[in-house]
Amino acid sequence: MTTLEKLKEILCECKGEDIDITPETNFDELEFDSLDKVDIVMQIEEAYDISLGENLQLSTVGELIAKIDEAVANK
Amino acid sequence: MPDKRVALVTGAGRGIGAAIALTLAKDNADIAVVDYGEEAAAAETLAALTAAGAVARYYKCDVSDFAATKAVADAVVKDFGKIDILVNNAGVTADDLLMRMSEAAWDRVLGINLKGCFNMIKHVTPYMMRKRYGRIVSISSVVGLMGNAGQANYAASKAGIIGLTKSVAKEFGARNITANAVAPGFIKTAMTDALTEEQKQAMYKLIPLGALGETQDIANAVKFLVSDDARYITGVVLKVDGGMYI
Repeated sequence: MTTLEKLKEILCECKGEDIDITPETNFDELEFDSLDKVDIVMQIEEAYDISLGENLQLSTVGELIAKIDEAVANK
Repeated sequence: MPDKRVALVTGAGRGIGAAIALTLAKDNADIAVVDYGEEAAAAETLAALTAAGAVARYYKCDVSDFAATKAVADAVVKDFGKIDILVNNAGVTADDLLMRMSEAAWDRVLGINLKGCFNMIKHVTPYMMRKRYGRIVSISSVVGLMGNAGQANYAASKAGIIGLTKSVAKEFGARNITANAVAPGFIKTAMTDALTEEQKQAMYKLIPLGALGETQDIANAVKFLVSDDARYITGVVLKVDGGMYI
């Protein structure tokens, strides 16, 4: 499973519905609130056994994927 | 009949916790009994829950242990598929005048009574959030509202539960998760049974309704707060104390 696929799975579960994402998708479009964002980050960290650090700013899906891949590579 | 709900009740092996668990079981819930005592001690509770038609399982856990509470929350979801209701009831006392209170007595009471609530809420709410549903009730005490000589640790822990509950109510309200506290007064237990008649009479004078409460009175309050009738109630402290603290 690619990072994009895994991220889609987490975002869909959090949203409670099927959503389409691409690396260009901006998180603002997805209308997650602050609780959702905390939950998403926690699920990513648990799934990959990584830490994404404090005050992570979620902008685009592609940027988040890059951060995840970087954290995984540095494990 | 609506789907059965799943309730995780801490300290459900005996006393108030067992009464809460049994009351929820009779109200169509399956029960995860979380307790630190041996399973044998909770066997009677488990048998009563099963007889009431509930699926009931026992999980041994020290609620002050962060990792252990996560493991229990995960195990309950694995076994039951979800957690709809969390009742934070586990609590201990280690009474002494503050001048004589040891650091260990402070840490133990705060660890189980207050951090235990934080631990369970922390690990159960991710599951509730994804379901967009949750009912959390934490057992405080009127002592948390009025203070009590000889119980600085206990009173602080129970007051802390109120602040925790109100914060959780604000954080999770948008997810249809309510958080409320029940504050019992003097409840009839083995401890109050041991009091002399003179001591009991002195106690009754403090209570407008003139009697000790029963464990069932607390269980009834919890049943209400997790019911659909209380769907618009969050962040409250429901005193069940015969008017002891007004």
